[in-house]
Amino acid sequence: MATPEEQMALHRQLHAKSTGVLLDKLFKGSAFSFAALVLIVLFGMMLMLLKEAWPTFAHFGFGFFISSDWDVVNNKYGALIPIVGTLVTSLIAVVIGVPVSFGIAIFITMMAPAWMKRPVGIAIELLAAVPSIIYGMWGLFYFAPWFANYIQPFMTNTLGELPILGQFFQGPPIGVSIFTAGVVLAIMIIPFIASVMRDMFEIVPTTLKESAFAMGSTTWEVIWKVVLPYTKSGVVGGVILGLGRAMGETMAVAFVVGNSLELNTGLFYPGATIASTMANEFNEASGLHMSSLIALGLILFVITFLVLSIAKWFLMMLERAHEGTGT
Amino acid sequence: MMYNKKLIAGAIVAATAAAFSLSAQAGEVNKITGAGSSFAYPIISKWAAAYKKETGVEVNYQSVGSGAGIKQIIANTVNFGASDDPMTVEALEKNGLTQWPLIMGGEVIVANIPGNKQGKLTISGPVLADIMMGKITKWNDPALEKLNPGKKLPDLDITVVHRSDASGTTAIFTNYLSKVSPEWKEKVGEGKTVNWLSKGNLGGKGNEGVASYTGRIKGAIGYVEYAYALQNKLPYMDMINSAGKRVAPTMENFAAAASHADWEHTPAFRVVLTDQPGDDSWPITGSTFAIVHKNPENPAQVKAVLDFFKWSMDHGQSEAKELHYIPIPASVEKLIEASWAENVKLK
Repeated sequence: MATPEEQMALHRQLHAKSTGVLLDKLFKGSAFSFAALVLIVLFGMMLMLLKEAWPTFAHFGFGFFISSDWDVVNNKYGALIPIVGTLVTSLIAVVIGVPVSFGIAIFITMMAPAWMKRPVGIAIELLAAVPSIIYGMWGLFYFAPWFANYIQPFMTNTLGELPILGQFFQGPPIGVSIFTAGVVLAIMIIPFIASVMRDMFEIVPTTLKESAFAMGSTTWEVIWKVVLPYTKSGVVGGVILGLGRAMGETMAVAFVVGNSLELNTGLFYPGATIASTMANEFNEASGLHMSSLIALGLILFVITFLVLSIAKWFLMMLERAHEGTGT
Repeated sequence: MMYNKKLIAGAIVAATAAAFSLSAQAGEVNKITGAGSSFAYPIISKWAAAYKKETGVEVNYQSVGSGAGIKQIIANTVNFGASDDPMTVEALEKNGLTQWPLIMGGEVIVANIPGNKQGKLTISGPVLADIMMGKITKWNDPALEKLNPGKKLPDLDITVVHRSDASGTTAIFTNYLSKVSPEWKEKVGEGKTVNWLSKGNLGGKGNEGVASYTGRIKGAIGYVEYAYALQNKLPYMDMINSAGKRVAPTMENFAAAASHADWEHTPAFRVVLTDQPGDDSWPITGSTFAIVHKNPENPAQVKAVLDFFKWSMDHGQSEAKELHYIPIPASVEKLIEASWAENVKLK
């Protein structure tokens, strides 16, 4: 028979255990509801976009996606120009941004002297925190004139002379264009991609790298054959994060893209993206115009979703290929 | 004891309710709100500051754009709306609203042509429409040379700069182009956002966006409110008006356009001041309209709005001129007050 003191201690222990179980349940429940909230918000947003965009789809049908007509006066809308503008500016941003970010991340993790790593790392994180309107104003007042006066004429005279590619490097020397928007977007997404890549490269076990070096690999071979395969999912994730930001960016693009709803092959012509068109026209829109703007939003949503899915699929393929050839 | 607690709680509720209803019913209105036109924003905020000093009544005006101003007054979230584009008589009737002009002003054509000094070049409506449609693409086009005999015009591409945001300024400008060019009317039309046809056209956000692009890009042509052209020291052009006379953008010529308009016989003051007759009328003149509910839920607030605009017409003229607006002429003020008495139910 236990003494009363022992009984009390046992009781307390049991009690503690039961509150622990209760807490656990509570925690599980709330974590679940938070996760469910994400799904509800996503679903609700989809539903709202679909409902508001429906008049446009009902009115124009599939033609909405392939028409380049955006005529508010006659109430005729087509999404082609903003869709192309969004894809092209984001593509330019990624084409410029990814190699640069890769270089930054490799330099910080593998080549930089110890005293440089932290300052450069912090600078990148600070750049990621600069509000997008600052990039827009800088792009408009400083980058665009400089680009128009020095870089664009040079590009038109060299790349613009190429047989087929040449037509893409044409346009008036005004500095606000699809291409400028792409470059400003590249600068905006570099910090994101670079810091994700750096974090990824840092988790590669030193033993792996050291072994490769010990076997006589060059730095390039170590990066290409050890670091990248080890981190590919994270690296692709970083690129997707940057791409997502580039496609949805509104303010900075509205400043430098030129806001012109016309279709040109030349990248130096002013253009428009989905987000910039929405931002420009939202406050005065009503009826079919408003519905068409929301339809644009829905399209952006779907494009982002598709990009994400393709990236996941690509990663899966990579994994499978790796499993096939590897062990 | 229980009884007591309830009693005290009840007393507190009653007292607070009484306090609230007292403050709501007090005849003194010390704050009115408005929203809309960015064109009228500088003058309304200047009036508001002077009015507060004089009467203690605060006028809170948000420059959200004409269309948003109309939406807000329909939704009754503000005491008055302001729009550069007058509402149609049917739309006013449908929503139980009434409108009147609160201020007028001119728009000017600014152009960045190297060597072009202030007011040295002239443009006519049809030629302007052709430029905006992309039919005339060079500054040394024969049509422009004919309008400017003896002037040296460069062999320079024209870049059309327009508003990227939906705006009343664009509505007034395209209304003018539709009046003077049948082709513009058919192909483009008028509105707060239109489909610009010229190749390589460029959209700037707000008057300041258009002014900044035009100032920077050689060969650019754009339209801005007069005050913005002055502030940014942009060279503006003279125009040929509907009487075929060459006029400069001056306060007198803006006012001439306003005085030649037939306010008295136009329902709901729906006068668009573009292309008005008269030898000295500036062709691209516009006005901003204030809009209120005819049978307001809060008559005291609307009375305060009318008081404010009455004050602005009687005492705000010098402020308007300082900011390069045209004050409402006295003859029109009488018509406005008659319209208030007839349309707005304050009791």
